[in-house]
Amino acid sequence: MAIELKMPALSPTMEEGTLAKWLVKAGDEVKSGDILAEIETDKATMEFEAIDEGVIGEILVAEGTEGVKVGTVIATINGEDDGKAAAPAAAPAVEQTVAESAAPDVQDAKAKAAAAIAPKADLKLAVDPELPAGTAMVPTTVREALRDAMAEEMRADSRVFVMGEEVAEYQGAYKVTQGLLEEFGPDRVIDTPITEYGFAGIGTGAAMGGLRPIIEFMTFNFAMQAIDHIINSAAKTNYMSGGQMRCPIVFRGPNGAASRVGAQHSQNYGPWYANVPGLVVIAPYDAADAKGLLRAAIRSEDPVVFLENELVYGRTFDVPKLDDFVLPIGKARIVREGKDVTIVSYSIGVGFALEAAAKLADEGIDAEVVDLRTLRPLDTATVLASLAKTNRMVVAEEGFPVCSIASEIIAVAMEQGFDYLDAPVLRVCNEDVPLPYAANLEKAALINADKIAVAVRQVCYR
Amino acid sequence: MAKSARPSAANPAAAKPASQTAAKPRASRAAKPAAEPAIASSVADEAAFALRSLQQAHANHKRYDASDEELLKFYEQMVLIRRFEEKAGQLYGLGLIGGFCHLYIGQEAVAVGLQSALDEGHDSVITGYRDHGHMLAYGIDPKVIMAELTGRAAGISHGKGGSMHMFSTEHKFYGGHGIVGAQVPLGAGLAFAHKYRGDGGVCMAYFGDGASNQGQVYETFNMAALWKLPIIFVVENNGYAMGTAVKRGSAETHFYRRGTAFRIPGMDVNGMDVLEVRQAAEVALEYVRAGNGPVLMELKTYRYRGHSMSDPAKYRSREEVQDMRDNHDPIEGAKAELLKRGVTEEKIKEIDKRIRQTVAESADFAETSPEPEMAELYTDVLVETY
Repeated sequence: MAIELKMPALSPTMEEGTLAKWLVKAGDEVKSGDILAEIETDKATMEFEAIDEGVIGEILVAEGTEGVKVGTVIATINGEDDGKAAAPAAAPAVEQTVAESAAPDVQDAKAKAAAAIAPKADLKLAVDPELPAGTAMVPTTVREALRDAMAEEMRADSRVFVMGEEVAEYQGAYKVTQGLLEEFGPDRVIDTPITEYGFAGIGTGAAMGGLRPIIEFMTFNFAMQAIDHIINSAAKTNYMSGGQMRCPIVFRGPNGAASRVGAQHSQNYGPWYANVPGLVVIAPYDAADAKGLLRAAIRSEDPVVFLENELVYGRTFDVPKLDDFVLPIGKARIVREGKDVTIVSYSIGVGFALEAAAKLADEGIDAEVVDLRTLRPLDTATVLASLAKTNRMVVAEEGFPVCSIASEIIAVAMEQGFDYLDAPVLRVCNEDVPLPYAANLEKAALINADKIAVAVRQVCYR
Repeated sequence: MAKSARPSAANPAAAKPASQTAAKPRASRAAKPAAEPAIASSVADEAAFALRSLQQAHANHKRYDASDEELLKFYEQMVLIRRFEEKAGQLYGLGLIGGFCHLYIGQEAVAVGLQSALDEGHDSVITGYRDHGHMLAYGIDPKVIMAELTGRAAGISHGKGGSMHMFSTEHKFYGGHGIVGAQVPLGAGLAFAHKYRGDGGVCMAYFGDGASNQGQVYETFNMAALWKLPIIFVVENNGYAMGTAVKRGSAETHFYRRGTAFRIPGMDVNGMDVLEVRQAAEVALEYVRAGNGPVLMELKTYRYRGHSMSDPAKYRSREEVQDMRDNHDPIEGAKAELLKRGVTEEKIKEIDKRIRQTVAESADFAETSPEPEMAELYTDVLVETY
């Protein structure tokens, strides 16, 4: 039975090519690996090899022919009967079905995509699990809360370990891992060399291998050296493997501006990571959220980027004294109720938003403050419910303004909350410059409560 | 400054960094009662390190003493990879496989020789984007691999990964990674997990001569050696990083020496002879399983096809390729050895025919099974619902 040799596609974009030269003629015996012809593609001249053994039957397209469409039969081989001759013949039929089914499928996908951004009917407020009556509240710094979360999860699950620069013997560059080495030993609290790309990759591989790593970056500024593993290795593998290979890992550390450390040590990466499907991104403000959400992050089957803030580490908040205090990922929290305007923020911005709200209250503006807590997946329901109530919104973010979380919230308000809006949504972000060192310039570049208050008055037309 | 091949603690130049380190709070290692000064202990180890310590063992006994049955098995696996890849190239030509498709033709002895020495389903394997051969060598069903290449629902990644992104946690094959060099630290992470659990497993991490110039490879060498991770780094040196010949891209072209700075013993292995590869694997595995830390193996091999399907491979001569095919082909080599041992031509033909049938069936399956449902577009982004 004759095997048809078809004009091959020799690059991802090739649709037709030139049959530059035949290196065989009818009657020639060929075996696999022999070069049959040279074909000019859109990029280069390629050699076309035989895969089957046999004798060349007929040359159907003469050399020098231009514009030969991919799939055209260019020659035949009379081969041995080895049970595979039928395979190439089946190909066009399959291509046909693919082409036919493509159109409705694409429409389905578009419909689904449209449904995903359409306004949701039930805008229920997400709430944290209720605390049992009489739960004691313990004043705790954010730093301690993070440490407690790690320690509690490490006690509960032997697969959890902490790895990073200075996390063990030095007790953490910012003392977040203080005491962990003493309790869990050097096999589970591991000092690395200064080698972010390498240890982010090792952590990711360990997660793929079944462990539950917590990878501390001394700051997220240094994680740019490792971002390939966070995005390409950790975030995408579950999808690319059809759900087979999970990557339950937490990348954590301080993020955003600190104090007078200059541009290279002062950036908020929230929008970068929140852009990537396959990641969970958490950026808490207070100690209770830091603890409850870090525990949830460690337990999650998904890769989590957990963004802390150096300036907040030392602040003290009440944390419920409960054995199993875990908060839901993906739920925003109303930290101050109000009726006139909504201020949406996260991380250190929440502190400024609360400060602004207190000032504005004196002026008779009752602001509601929403702490996003999780940046991906974003709790749009809580944001929209608050917007429906107040009809005015300001987004406050300690970070660059362009392509920010604020940009995203404003897009959500346009797409899903347009009818609620009584004024354009405004964003209050850092100035659109690398963070300067000089004290006065740094202060001018960063957000603060006054800047938020100005924007709030503006959307309230006051 | 005094020049000394072996700096000792007595050498002031060497002692200086130690005292600097001690001044930093993180060097509390020095506070441990029994610990010697760090600098002295590393000097003591240095005397024991020899780059070629394992090479000698390999040289003493170069080829694996395979039974006829084992050699037939190696032959069969190599033929499976060769025929599978040829078929994949054909399906690519027919437009059934898209995107990038990197074939393993010519390199078969490496994956087969090395992985035959591993405990499949226990020891981990990870590689880059030229991954079909390593999967076949680890016993993964050709059907689900081919169906992934054609982007079908029945593919090993449900059609969502493609040629470069395939995984089988069941076989402990961890990909299939598209970013050059990324699999090296990931592999060290898998080795870390083996050590952490104490399960006795080893990770084999493959990468090419091109990936050998990525910085993360050396970050990984450092930590793997520092922590004595059970990992075998395998450089598949096929002579070309895409279109760049080794000599044009590498200052040190003897890749097995590249671990010297990290005290990782290197092995220089002929990757075109499956029995040499297998014997070298035995040496490396014995060392790694004993808890000595990593080994770096350089496997000299050759890919007959271009870097990917769309590479015309004009950076080398046709004669060079033909010489490898005619005089160094791993499959022809194994076949000649089988015939020399008295295995009949019929028996070999029978294997060839069976493999052709297997590959034809995998292609039929890959062509006729349906594409993924549209709903798959949105699945497996995250594991949990938040």
